Amino acid sequence: MELKYVIMIAGMTLVTFIPRFLPMAILSKLEIPEIVIRWLKYIPAAILASLLAPGILMDDGRLALSLHNIYLLAALPTFLVAIYKKNIFLTVVVGMIAVVILKAFIS
Amino acid sequence: MSRREELVVGIRDALPIVFGYLPIGVAYGILAAQTGLSDIVTVSMSVFVFAGSSQLITVNMLGGGAGVLPIIMMTFLVNLRHLLMSASMSLHFKEADNRLLPVLSYIITDESFAVSSANLPKREKKEIYFLGLGITAYLAWVISSWLGASLGSFLPSSGSLGLDFVLPAMFIVLLVLQIKDSLDILVAILAGLFSLLFVYILPENWNIILATVVAATLGVLLERWS
Repeated sequence: MELKYVIMIAGMTLVTFIPRFLPMAILSKLEIPEIVIRWLKYIPAAILASLLAPGILMDDGRLALSLHNIYLLAALPTFLVAIYKKNIFLTVVVGMIAVVILKAFIS
Repeated sequence: MSRREELVVGIRDALPIVFGYLPIGVAYGILAAQTGLSDIVTVSMSVFVFAGSSQLITVNMLGGGAGVLPIIMMTFLVNLRHLLMSASMSLHFKEADNRLLPVLSYIITDESFAVSSANLPKREKKEIYFLGLGITAYLAWVISSWLGASLGSFLPSSGSLGLDFVLPAMFIVLLVLQIKDSLDILVAILAGLFSLLFVYILPENWNIILATVVAATLGVLLERWS
């Protein structure tokens, strides 16, 4: 395995393990400040939105708010299934099918 | 209930997670193979990191030519959410053997947390139950990514199967699952807008990290304000 990947995986393992382990190991002795907890609660939604936005609103490095943007169109049924079914597997399948169908019509 | 029975109940409760992981793990393996990662790198990431969304994002970032440091930073931020789960689970494992804590925390994921926090209060041997549940989910993740990596080289390019949308679709549903009130929606919209804005002025992928930090901080400030 290339050194670059060894370093990458070792680093990822470390930074993933620490937040999983530390609270469980020390929480009985240490209280996390209220304000930090509230900040942490926003992190998942904020990360997911900032990852998602360029993926569905940009094409080739440019803003793409048009009906030719397949990912943007596919995001609509995907959001609906996510909101009404709250099921990861079902949502991913619907999203994939939407993209395949849209690609057949728009290209 | 005997230890063995607790273990079996844990394994049984993991089955929905196994079915959820299979397609995503296979998709991860295929995408990784088609990005040019070797099987050993792809499977090692599942074995050691064991965090699906950050692994998929890593493949995406590597495909875009990202460096190691932004990938590790992103992994840290994406997986920071485990802090809260670990904190919450620690309440159930106060009696557990200290030597088990590293393993118990290693197998915390969104899914194992969601399933076990519903069931742990009524279990007798909580750590045995969670080991059964978490290790079953872990094996499903590792095996399905290995399966995907092996398939990857034989399948047509990911675009024709809709696999290019697995990641956005997963982000969408995980985002929806995170939304609990209108302030969450506002923070998500702000993060999305900042991410789009920063993409123009920051090096590749740092937009995500900065947008996340700014939006979460604004969320806390807005909370006090309203």
